[in-house]
Amino acid sequence: MAATERKILTARMDQPGYTTGIESYLAAGGYAALRKAMAMPPADIRNEVSRSGLRGRGGAGFSCGLKWSLVDRKSGKPIYLICNADEAEPGTFKDRQLIHKDPHSLIEGIVIASFANDVQTAYIYIRGEFPKGYRILLQAIEEARARNFVGKNILGTAYSLEILVHRGAGAYICGEETGLIESLEGKRGYPRFKPPYFPAVLGLWMCPTIVNNVETLCNLPVIIGMGGGTYAQIGTLNNTGTRVLSVSGHVNKPGCYEVELGKITFGELINGLCGGVRGGRKLKALIPGGSSAKVLRADDHFKGMRMDGTPYDWRWEDVPVDFDSLAMIGTMAGSGGVIVLDETADLPRALANVAEFYAHESCGQCTPCREGSLWMAKALRRMTHGGAQKGDTEYLKSIADNIPGRTICPFGEACAWPVQSMVEKFRDEFLKLEPTQETCGVTKHG
Amino acid sequence: MSLQVPPQLDAEVNELLTHYPPDKKRSAMVMVLHAIQNHFCHVSDEMIEWTAAKLGCQPIHVYECVTFYPMFRQQPAGKYVIKVCRTLSCELAGGHELAAHVQQKLGIGMDGTTPDRKFTLAWVECLADCGCGPCVMINDEHHEHITKEKLDQLLATLT
Repeated sequence: MAATERKILTARMDQPGYTTGIESYLAAGGYAALRKAMAMPPADIRNEVSRSGLRGRGGAGFSCGLKWSLVDRKSGKPIYLICNADEAEPGTFKDRQLIHKDPHSLIEGIVIASFANDVQTAYIYIRGEFPKGYRILLQAIEEARARNFVGKNILGTAYSLEILVHRGAGAYICGEETGLIESLEGKRGYPRFKPPYFPAVLGLWMCPTIVNNVETLCNLPVIIGMGGGTYAQIGTLNNTGTRVLSVSGHVNKPGCYEVELGKITFGELINGLCGGVRGGRKLKALIPGGSSAKVLRADDHFKGMRMDGTPYDWRWEDVPVDFDSLAMIGTMAGSGGVIVLDETADLPRALANVAEFYAHESCGQCTPCREGSLWMAKALRRMTHGGAQKGDTEYLKSIADNIPGRTICPFGEACAWPVQSMVEKFRDEFLKLEPTQETCGVTKHG
Repeated sequence: MSLQVPPQLDAEVNELLTHYPPDKKRSAMVMVLHAIQNHFCHVSDEMIEWTAAKLGCQPIHVYECVTFYPMFRQQPAGKYVIKVCRTLSCELAGGHELAAHVQQKLGIGMDGTTPDRKFTLAWVECLADCGCGPCVMINDEHHEHITKEKLDQLLATLT
């Protein structure tokens, strides 16, 4: 049987006549989960979320239940919830869809998460380039307020919650949770040291803070609606639920695809759901989890042992789309942004593009990242413009090898991984650009 | 300060300040800068000082944000700011050819403004619409699947 989508979060948005208005959401059964949640003790909601096995959909795949359990509830300070809607990882466009087409599911998720964690003020940090999404969210919050789902004494209870929308202004680093918090405090989005600044303890204004991605929060009404145990039956062990994948690049049908985690392979996704590689061409490379994920090569062969001791032997087509399988083969599910590169793709040029992005977006706080991302971009720029120097391929790799683990935030890894993996897997294409003779009198760092 | 801030902008900023605790006014920074740029099309030195006074911080605190966040401008731009997505998926969909076309058509380079101050052209990093590339933003309007022909038609509608 051909693999199909499992539409849960995206089930409503493409129905004929469905709008972003609250009537559409209510007619589809929306806010029923909130009523159910508010009849539960907050700790029970948190238990349901733990039982569901929900893992963060922003990039790190961290357990949502565990994240909530780390919140300091005894500090006496207010607890804040921040919805991370700063979607910016190249290749990722699912949060845009969820916000622009079904905003009330996000609002409902935020109210449930806030009630479960005794949060009285929640912020949605939406990226600056989503002005329409910003207006849609403001409208949705007002509609929800008019129905008493947001605001004072929600649904006649003693519980009150304000949801405020805060816009970013074009800085990718503000998608990193501590960078986001700095930005929300009115500063440059410089990520903070962890420890001590774990948001769950010392977050927004040094108060305990939960930062959850849009898609993660959209899962909460589903989990409360069906119960955490039932939700955990969707997907596979340790990779529960669905995931909204963003597929772009050289495929016939790019777009968002919601699939059950671990129940579909990359082959079924690309060759099935996405209608195959564009123009009937062959696949050359696959970026599986946003541009910072390590690239897969079409002829890669992955062999090893699963955590339960069973062996696996996969070509790219066989790799299940889930968090753990991608981690096993040395890359990551990341933000779920899948970029397809066909046999005509110029890999050094593609990498130059990605490197340029990271050089532009490095916040500049840590020297290895600030300088390294720029040096890599410069080297790739000259290599792809006829100016490669002897040894540039090695030079690139040596820079990339010296960034990870030496920076405050994971941006260091994010900018190094694509370079490390592309140079390793497509070495010939980079070496081919180098001159056969050493060029004299030109420094490499130019 | 001699600077006259229009009452509606002042009122908008005062409303934004209510979104944050009274002793955390500085948190409104990015929102206030958006409001200022929407009004004046850029953030001037005078408005940096005005913002600092409004938020109870030093002008340097505002200045470091204006220079950090790519969406803020310190110089006026053209009436229409055209931002072409530079990043990978849009490049694979022809975004760079599109950018070359619009540069040639308007006779300006990236970050340039036409002499009549109608258009400013710039790259933008990933607009998170990679399935519908190439993507272009013109002021606050987002446009998908932009071909050279479509862009020409769009520009013709802008007056």
